[in-house]
Amino acid sequence: MNPTLPVLKASDFGSDQDVRWCPGCGDYSILAQMKKVLPELGVARENLVFVSGIGCSSRFPYYMNTYGMHSIHGRAPAFASGLKITRPDLTVFVITGDGDALSIGGNHLMHCIRRNVDLNIIMFNNSIYGLTKGQYSPTSPQGHVTKSTPVGSLDFPLSPLSVALGAEATFVARSIDFNTKHLGATLLRAAQHKGTSFVEVFQNCNVFNDGAWSYVTDRGTKDDHTLVLEHGQPMIFGKDRDKGIRLNGLIPEVVNLSDTNVDDLLFHNEQTDSPHVAFTLSRMHHPEYPVPIGVFRSVERPTYEKQVGEQIEAIQASKGVGDLQQLFKSGETWTVSE
Amino acid sequence: MVTSTTGNAEPQPRPMETLPGATVRLAGDSGDGMQLLGTQLTNTSALAGNDVATFPDFPAEIRAPRGTRAGVSGFQVQFASEEIFTPGDGLDSLIAMNPAALITNVSDLKPSGILIVNEDSFTEKDLKLAKLEQNPLATDLIEPYRVIRIPMTSLTRGAVEALGLSTKEADRCRNFFAMGLVFWLYSRSLEPTQRFIEAKFGKKPELAEANRRALQAGWNYGETTEEFASTYQVNPAKLEPGTYRNIMGNQALSWGLLTASQQSGKPLFLGSYPITPASDILHELSKYKNFGVQTFQAEDEIAAICSAIGAAFGGSMGVTTSSGPGIALKMEGLGLAIMMELPMLVIDIQRGGPSTGLPTKTEQSDLLQVIFGRNGESPIPVTAARSPSDCFDVAQEAWEIATRLMTPVMILSDGYIANGAEPWKIPDASSLKPIPVHHPSSDEIDQPFLPYQRDDLLARPWAIPGTPNLMHRIGGLEKEDGTGNVSYDPDNHQHMTNTRAQKVANVAKLIGDAEVDGPETGDLLILSWGGTYGACTTASRQLRAEGSEVAHCHLRWLNPFPANLGEVLRRYNQVVIPELNCGQLRMLIRSRYLVDAIGFNKVKGKPFAVRELVERFRSLLSNPVHQS
Repeated sequence: MNPTLPVLKASDFGSDQDVRWCPGCGDYSILAQMKKVLPELGVARENLVFVSGIGCSSRFPYYMNTYGMHSIHGRAPAFASGLKITRPDLTVFVITGDGDALSIGGNHLMHCIRRNVDLNIIMFNNSIYGLTKGQYSPTSPQGHVTKSTPVGSLDFPLSPLSVALGAEATFVARSIDFNTKHLGATLLRAAQHKGTSFVEVFQNCNVFNDGAWSYVTDRGTKDDHTLVLEHGQPMIFGKDRDKGIRLNGLIPEVVNLSDTNVDDLLFHNEQTDSPHVAFTLSRMHHPEYPVPIGVFRSVERPTYEKQVGEQIEAIQASKGVGDLQQLFKSGETWTVSE
Repeated sequence: MVTSTTGNAEPQPRPMETLPGATVRLAGDSGDGMQLLGTQLTNTSALAGNDVATFPDFPAEIRAPRGTRAGVSGFQVQFASEEIFTPGDGLDSLIAMNPAALITNVSDLKPSGILIVNEDSFTEKDLKLAKLEQNPLATDLIEPYRVIRIPMTSLTRGAVEALGLSTKEADRCRNFFAMGLVFWLYSRSLEPTQRFIEAKFGKKPELAEANRRALQAGWNYGETTEEFASTYQVNPAKLEPGTYRNIMGNQALSWGLLTASQQSGKPLFLGSYPITPASDILHELSKYKNFGVQTFQAEDEIAAICSAIGAAFGGSMGVTTSSGPGIALKMEGLGLAIMMELPMLVIDIQRGGPSTGLPTKTEQSDLLQVIFGRNGESPIPVTAARSPSDCFDVAQEAWEIATRLMTPVMILSDGYIANGAEPWKIPDASSLKPIPVHHPSSDEIDQPFLPYQRDDLLARPWAIPGTPNLMHRIGGLEKEDGTGNVSYDPDNHQHMTNTRAQKVANVAKLIGDAEVDGPETGDLLILSWGGTYGACTTASRQLRAEGSEVAHCHLRWLNPFPANLGEVLRRYNQVVIPELNCGQLRMLIRSRYLVDAIGFNKVKGKPFAVRELVERFRSLLSNPVHQS
């Protein structure tokens, strides 16, 4: 950590604006964890920028005492890319939701991820459009009854992490709004990754889609429905840690540890080059499987903005720094005398 | 010097006629190399000291079916010993490489003009491809012209025979044969083209040699044939002293942006998505990484502008370039830049619309789109370039306004300016105007920091991330005056709407008055904007030379208008507004000044011809629509 930096507390990151999410919204928890994690990054407040799109989650920047931009629907990754490419010295977060990132902004999300711009994209997934008062979203289950789908939605839902992995993501993770310790640790990992980090946070909208994630948040059931991924560790889950995940061919299966050797379980490796196992994990949905949370994939690839800088440096080293007069006079010229 | 390969005897002495200028059009298949031929003729004429102006005209298809009318690609150039403002109207000579090129262009050739055709490509098959039942060379269509039939294909093959090229390769040299002939006809030097051949084909010596031989063979053919009564000469123009180069519109715009970036000390970030006819700016600026330029080919038009806005937030010179359809997609982003009051440039190289329209043809029909085409009350300054070289200045002025007033600025150009070329007097880089830009630091700002506190012209401070103690949040929701916090207060919204409008209106304090070319009062004022500048200037000067009381006012800023414009308009009995649209500036002028301006409008994908303007203005002078 830079020794000249003052030691910051979570409260130093709050702005003077009143937080206006609905009481009980999962967003409060994410905001609190973000404020708690930022001091650990050792980045001065003025070097932090939060960029958001449109939606409930996208009000986030107003509540942070950092630089911030509340932009337009779906485009936050594009604004953030332009900012990060020109200002690699800044630490840039993108705050988005399932509608913002995957519906209207799907194109930008995909391209930002494949370029590997060093952004931390935190997608609050509540499987509903909250700010427009309750229409189904790209992650709503088929058959979801909402104001715009009174007899059930027909759209097949997207798996956000499958989308990110399909777009060649170098860092993919998932956490849960009310699992505060895990959420904080996941946000920290995302911020520390060099390259685009994509984090899906299961977030409860207690007004329009209450309980969408109750199977992973209810005290009684959450341990049986959640698989906490830990690098290098076998995939064991359950309240009594008596179940595991094994690969049968290419298909994962739930096994009982009473009749299965731990060594036969799938061991999590977030650093493999191939995204295949991470993709398989991203396809594990409730209720067939416990839902994996944690870091699915974390691999190294040069960031976009670093390569932009390197191209410029290499050309300046070989051709010299550009000179306007030389440029103007390049090619064929002629002189008219008095 | 390459020796003659045509094997002809001593050249015949020929009389040489001196002309004030000439307009030549080269027309052939889009794969025939007509654009190359035209560029070479332009550069060579410019190097000979002529004033030049060009009009490349090509199809949207990369290779439309060979020999068809749709596939005809043309390049028109006027070179002159006097100052010119347009690529010319009527053609003095037309080179037609096939029947389709002949039939689609011959009506622009002046009576007694020279028509040079490649006789080898007038076979039954060629005629059928051009949908012609009769060979036009056998009809009275060509009666008014001096027709010179040359078997260019066979002569070119003969010229390169010894080099052992395939027929296909040999035929590709045909444009150099035509070039040699045109250069002979207008007494142009072969040297610049020989240098070009060396630079372009130097790595393939047999192709370089073939093109050199074809070029020389064309020249030699002119010298030996008896079909031409004389050759022509166009003396150097009396241009202002200085060193010149030829420059195309999109190139000048790119260099203007680069210069603005250097003069303001702000790194240039271009977010762009490929679109005709704007892509050349992306290509051009991508070459200047050694100047620190960052070009970003975004995933779409929206990401292109949004990334530029992100760069602007960070303190860079954010620029996005496009054409009409792409500009439509950028409008929501532009609204955000207006709301956040960040400086940036949006560049619209207009083309024929609506929708995909005529991608490679020119039009001025985006004016109302760029002025009004956003939700809410969302004014921005709008400026328009008038000629290829003017793009260099416009880019710098626009950036100066954008940074002084903290606002996005729209620059309009069009396909005609973008691809046209003219001589450009090379400026002394050290004497270019600096563009001062200031980012506040926390030392000079009283806390709490007010990101929407305004200066005398209503600009807010450009505080950038990384500056301690000036952290603030901006966005699309309405801002409270001063603090920039979200506000839904009714009076605040009224106040902020008025303030944003007044800020843009304040641009008029920086841009100077509208100037008039011609008498201070009179019978007719021609009011123009953008790429019609050249044709309107030429037409008004011609009419004044005939003794008419005609003046010309060209608008560089379309929003806001110069402060004195209303007064200028009232000094003339009639105001006519020629536009390549259906009357967009006219609508603005009439609503703003209640002046009953007359329109002269055309949307044919082509620029105005001087003669059609002169005709219309003459008729207004003799039969006024409005009596004073």
